Amino acid sequence: MVKKRGKKIGRIKGFSIQFMPYSEISRLNSSDRIKKILEIIFGGNILILQGRLKTDEETRLIEDTMAMVGHVKGFKGIELAVISGNGNSGFFGNMKMGFANILTGGDLGAVTIIGPATIVKEIKRNPKKIELMLNK
Amino acid sequence: MVIKVVKNFFKRIFSNMFREKRDIKLGFYGPPNAGKTSLANRICKDFTGEEIGTVSKIPHETRKVQFKEKVEIDYKGKKMLFKMIDTPGIATKIDYEDFLKFKVNKKDAKKRAKEATQGVIESIKWLDDMDIVVIVLDATENPYNQVNITIIGNLAARNIPVLVVGNKVDKKKADIKKIEAAFPEYDVIGISAKYGKNLEEFYESVFKLSKKI
Repeated sequence: MVKKRGKKIGRIKGFSIQFMPYSEISRLNSSDRIKKILEIIFGGNILILQGRLKTDEETRLIEDTMAMVGHVKGFKGIELAVISGNGNSGFFGNMKMGFANILTGGDLGAVTIIGPATIVKEIKRNPKKIELMLNK
Repeated sequence: MVIKVVKNFFKRIFSNMFREKRDIKLGFYGPPNAGKTSLANRICKDFTGEEIGTVSKIPHETRKVQFKEKVEIDYKGKKMLFKMIDTPGIATKIDYEDFLKFKVNKKDAKKRAKEATQGVIESIKWLDDMDIVVIVLDATENPYNQVNITIIGNLAARNIPVLVVGNKVDKKKADIKKIEAAFPEYDVIGISAKYGKNLEEFYESVFKLSKKI
């Protein structure tokens, strides 16, 4: 509970933020990777994943999320954002990142934020900042 | 993924060989309530006299993929045959309570939410079958939405030509420059499907993209 000058100004219900290094999922296949992510989200956690999923895995995550809405009690979907650090690194920068990604399996310069829609109301983003708006 | 790319490569080669014999599949993708059906309706009405689907202020009005075949677009004397594919809006969350705000009763709201989730899955499954995709965005909304980025990324990985359209430019809050800044690799066109504004430029871009398939 947050107090300001003795007055209650708001209360956020319990949630936890879980950080996961990409190495935790790097050896899993796409299905198991998405399953692992969704299990964390179903537990009411906000996941901060080092790196990012492949583009087809991102769509698969949306598909699987939609398949679960209505089937998992209280689950209404997810909020998702990927912050990629290699946007303006130029041709050689991208090539370097490309090799690094082949070796490691994911874009490790990126960060993926995924939260359950019941907790995360909105992830506002623009090129300069990212804001997590939580449900009260 | 590799199999998909190879499959698409051969599909494209064969489709080019027989291009004259079939319609170009033109898909309309984007978030809910961006105006995908309004734009598809405008085109279908102009060239066939019939609409493709109903529009509403309530999000997720389109919950099933809908088609209009043999739509011949005539632009500056050039004609091209399209199969128009209007898809349900893609979202990462759907809450039936959001529909209650539009005076939909609880039972219908739950039904709508269930159908909407299935619609999102159907939309994604159709991505593979498109020749050209028009991403329809609401120009009054923030374009930096992960769903938009993910869908465009998927289309790029499949080598499917993409045109980004910022709809609702008739509204004061519309900001096409913001969309252009968000997707610098793509052609971005500001239109108003409701009032038919800037459709000439839209048709020109679609014809240009058709040459890439």
